[in-house]
Amino acid sequence: MDNLIDKALVRKVASLARLELSEQEVKEFTGQLCAILEYFHKINLLDTEGIEPLAHCLPITNRLREDQIQPGLDPGQALKNAPDRDGDLFKVPPILEEGLGP
Amino acid sequence: MKVQVVVGLEIHVQLSTQTKLFCGCPVRFAAPPNSLVCPVCLGLPGALPVLNKKAVDYAILAAMALNCQIASFTKWDRKGYYYPDLPKNYQISQYDLPLGKAGFIEVQGDDGGIKQVRIRRVHLEEDAGKNLHAGGAYSCVDLNRAGTPLLEIVTEPDITSAAQARALAVELQRIVRYLGVSEADMQKGHMRFEPNVNLRIETDGQAFRTPIVEIKNLNSFRALEASIRYEADRQVQEFLESGQVMTSGNKTTRGWDDVRQVTVLQRQKEEAEDYRYFPDPDLVPVVINTSWLDQIKALLPELPLRRQIRFVQQYGLSEYDAGVLTSDRSCADLFDKAVEAGGRPKRVCNLLTQVGLRVANERGCSVGDLGLSPVNLATLASMIEEGKVNATSGVRILEQMIATGQDPMTLARSMDLLQIADSSRLESIIDQVLSMQQKAVQEACSEGKKAQKAFNFLVGQVMQATKGQANPTVIAEMIRKRLGGA
Repeated sequence: MDNLIDKALVRKVASLARLELSEQEVKEFTGQLCAILEYFHKINLLDTEGIEPLAHCLPITNRLREDQIQPGLDPGQALKNAPDRDGDLFKVPPILEEGLGP
Repeated sequence: MKVQVVVGLEIHVQLSTQTKLFCGCPVRFAAPPNSLVCPVCLGLPGALPVLNKKAVDYAILAAMALNCQIASFTKWDRKGYYYPDLPKNYQISQYDLPLGKAGFIEVQGDDGGIKQVRIRRVHLEEDAGKNLHAGGAYSCVDLNRAGTPLLEIVTEPDITSAAQARALAVELQRIVRYLGVSEADMQKGHMRFEPNVNLRIETDGQAFRTPIVEIKNLNSFRALEASIRYEADRQVQEFLESGQVMTSGNKTTRGWDDVRQVTVLQRQKEEAEDYRYFPDPDLVPVVINTSWLDQIKALLPELPLRRQIRFVQQYGLSEYDAGVLTSDRSCADLFDKAVEAGGRPKRVCNLLTQVGLRVANERGCSVGDLGLSPVNLATLASMIEEGKVNATSGVRILEQMIATGQDPMTLARSMDLLQIADSSRLESIIDQVLSMQQKAVQEACSEGKKAQKAFNFLVGQVMQATKGQANPTVIAEMIRKRLGGA
């Protein structure tokens, strides 16, 4: 169970989550996450042979709605908490290059 | 050196539901910015998505038309990435249990035969919003599009030319329009393509594969075809220069520059994509049972390509005519019913392609919206066939049928377009014309070059005297007899 999580992985996960961590925090979280994963490791000790993976923890399926328009927010409400705006558009730092999305 | 281009397509099709995939906001093009939003599609904390049943119905129907196995159990996953047009910082999509898999689409091949391209998977996901680049110190985001239902269709790399990729895209457009699950309007971005392109190269008895290139976000058939063609040429050059071959890590992403007609390498991400997919706890799984499947299956029509081939084989229409008729499902439906009601196929086809589709196009509607009854259409076809009205009058009558909804015989009478079937009346008109056109009669009877011309002139004169209300073939025959010719 050694090194399930090392500092490099913590830095990677932090960068994927857009979190800026200090060196002290990286060290701290490495230890914490290791402990959490070790705890979860106990689940691995169970025999899960022939058991379907669980897709959802609730025993409910097919919560569907009809295709009917419901009132939403007007632009004023939608933008009320926006840090910055340009007219009725959300204003964000410049996206320099197209195609860095998925 | 033998070079074969290999293409797999990833296609996003916008479904034509009234509302978004997980909330009741309207799906509408060109609305004022951020006017079609709610806490769910804005990704506000605490808002919970609820699945639109219609979107699932449409997705199942499309997956069936693409001959897929439909999952009996499917679920929702979060695909995590950061981009300003994605307010939740994850996209709700389907990862390991897509709605449909292992299907195929039939496309007319380069040789005219049918080619099957395998479909790897079909799944539902939500669209992102729109980034608007002011080109300056900031960008702007409109979230009206966020949450719009998209069908993602992924093919296997079975496509072997740029033209075939285009043919597949066009066929898919025709299919989803037939099914009524998407308007598939290219101008509105309803279909977007991402081809994966590489080459299989054989040289000196050895086979090579060039590194795969994914071309991002193409939104026209033209760009799809041109970019694949360009990319194939570029990869040949690159292979000749570098000899580089495909490895597991050297896939690259390129954009299409529509102005310069070239693909451009996009800045590579520092590490491989890591979307951290995991099941969305806010949405429960969907179980699709047999009765739901049966309901949808009942809606599955004969697919356009199959119908096109049937029109050629069963009715002897040309490939071109069959293609035009089947481009609009309501037009093909009307054609089938009119033929069933006794109209001669070729005649019905001409009426629909020359008048029906033209008027529908002018009105910006489908042929089915013109209010034409199959029986009236068949009657008009028969009237032309039997010589009661000529083809030109047929066009005018059909236009009036569309305008007034009246039946063709009533219109032919009121418009005075019925041809003179009474032969004694025709005889006397021909008598008159012949006696007035002695010179032409002599020429027509001669053996000279002018004979045919003079004969046609006489037919024309009689047609004029009848104000076009006679059948020229009948007149020609009567004049020929009169002149004592064969």
